[in-house]
Amino acid sequence: MKGILKLAYKLLVNDRAKFTALLVGITFAVFLMMFVTSMFIGVLNHASATVINIGASIWVMDPAVQTITNSIGMPDYVLDAVRSMHGVKYAVPLYSGGALVKLPDGTYQSVTVVGLDDTTLFGRPQLIQGNIRDIYAENGFIAVKDSEFSKLENPHLGSEFELNDHRGVIVGIATVTTAGLYGLPTLYTTYERAVQYIPNPRYTLSNVLVEPKSPQDIDRIKQQVAALGYLALTKDEFIRRTADFYVYQTGGGTNLLIMTVISFVVGLSISGQTFYTFILENLERFGALKAIGTKNRDLVGMILFQAAFTAMTGYGLGVGLCTLLICLARLRLASYAAMESYVNLLLAFGMVLIITGVSSYAGVRRVLQIEPFDIFRG
Amino acid sequence: MTKAIQATGVNKWFGEGEAKTVALRDVALEAEFGEMVYIVGPSGSGKTTLLSVLSGILRPNSGNISVEGVDIWSLSADQLADFRLNKIGFVFQDYHLFPRLNTAENAAIPLILKKRDWDESMREAAKYLDIVGLKGRADLPPVKLSGGEQQRVAIARAMIGEPDILIMDEPTASLDGDTGHAILKFVHKNILNPNRCIVVVTHDSRIYEFASRILTMEDGRITGTRAA
Repeated sequence: MKGILKLAYKLLVNDRAKFTALLVGITFAVFLMMFVTSMFIGVLNHASATVINIGASIWVMDPAVQTITNSIGMPDYVLDAVRSMHGVKYAVPLYSGGALVKLPDGTYQSVTVVGLDDTTLFGRPQLIQGNIRDIYAENGFIAVKDSEFSKLENPHLGSEFELNDHRGVIVGIATVTTAGLYGLPTLYTTYERAVQYIPNPRYTLSNVLVEPKSPQDIDRIKQQVAALGYLALTKDEFIRRTADFYVYQTGGGTNLLIMTVISFVVGLSISGQTFYTFILENLERFGALKAIGTKNRDLVGMILFQAAFTAMTGYGLGVGLCTLLICLARLRLASYAAMESYVNLLLAFGMVLIITGVSSYAGVRRVLQIEPFDIFRG
Repeated sequence: MTKAIQATGVNKWFGEGEAKTVALRDVALEAEFGEMVYIVGPSGSGKTTLLSVLSGILRPNSGNISVEGVDIWSLSADQLADFRLNKIGFVFQDYHLFPRLNTAENAAIPLILKKRDWDESMREAAKYLDIVGLKGRADLPPVKLSGGEQQRVAIARAMIGEPDILIMDEPTASLDGDTGHAILKFVHKNILNPNRCIVVVTHDSRIYEFASRILTMEDGRITGTRAA
């Protein structure tokens, strides 16, 4: 390490009380921000679980639909109309809805039922037990083995249950990329069986899943679906629409903003004040360094290094603490709805940079203002 | 031969208009290498201002100041900082040691500022601490040292860069009489040499015996010069 930076490093870390206070302030702020945003990103991700797991390129839905969980039934002719549109390679129906199952011990459990197109089984999950063809067997259902699996009393192949007075049999155990948000077990079956077993309103078609012939056909398909009075969204658009719903229409976004601002203010006030005090306590000595022959840019470099070192250490500790907590939570709950992404990592990094900038700005100003003559004058 | 310090017609004032305070009035002085020059006088007479102007810390309003033949106030800020670092050593009244650095690190600061290797700087600092009588104290923080010992660390810090000019501002002000006397005796015996000039600002008449010359200041003027 360059000598002058080593000097700055020793001045900083040897003042253990202040260095600890600085680290605690920044670590706490980063941790708070990372954790809140991780939870929110996790929630948004889990809220779009079905969209991610099915993986269709284009989703056709009623224009009033905001998320996959509040699907509004469409008449069957929509499927035929979409299939006849220009640019559509194929289109299949999807049922997605809630139901109540009666377990062997007599208790009732809410579940999410996904009904796949009988012909193609488009969007089927990856099986870890059983054979996908058995879904066509009488009363066949596939259970998803996620953190909610135990709520179905850990079923195995052949386990039975009742769904609206219909017998159901587990013929496969599957895994999916993303677990749902609401803590409900998921059952997959065929579209026909789903609409037959589950009490439904007049229209049963939740979504039409579309594969375009080419990416250039996507806009064309959207326009044709719009002309029909419905809405076509790409997978990413549907995920974004779901996220927008939670951000702007549930208060989640406001809460996130408030928590982010609080963590920023906490970090800024603790570290800003502590760092400024640290500079003030050493102000005369910085003046002495100036008198000895230190250039202003070297002093500014020392202060910026101290601020940056503290900030990066605090950032690392904050992110590490957040990661550790999420990992510990996942040991207990595999689908724990919190995930770190480059978005919140960058956001926290930006926040730390601002805290560092503001904290060091005040210190740098004071150090630049002090005149070596003041040291002589006493 | 080049004078260590040569100043002519130096004026310095603070403020403007009715608030104007004149600190130095047409000051002229010369100091030779091998001399230990004392500047004495009552508080407010301009001693510290003169010391600051001579050492390149405070720009005078008018006048010429040459240190080792260099017109220091014609230098840029960075050049002047480098000049101070390489040519002038400072011993401050309150030492201004960093409490979070140990004794050797404090003493080594000028070498570190000169971008010398850290370990080499520490070895050099230990050598200078040895010279000022603080052998074996290199790892102690300044707070574990007495006032006299802290002043010795400050002297080691001032001397480690081998400056030609040593500036001492009230070096005995924070010390008891015996310690102050011992410190100046040490400086006179071990630090002063034919290639070095030492300028001391002091109120302490008990250390006058070590001066080569004593300049008396009053109201911003040098009013008297006498050999000690």
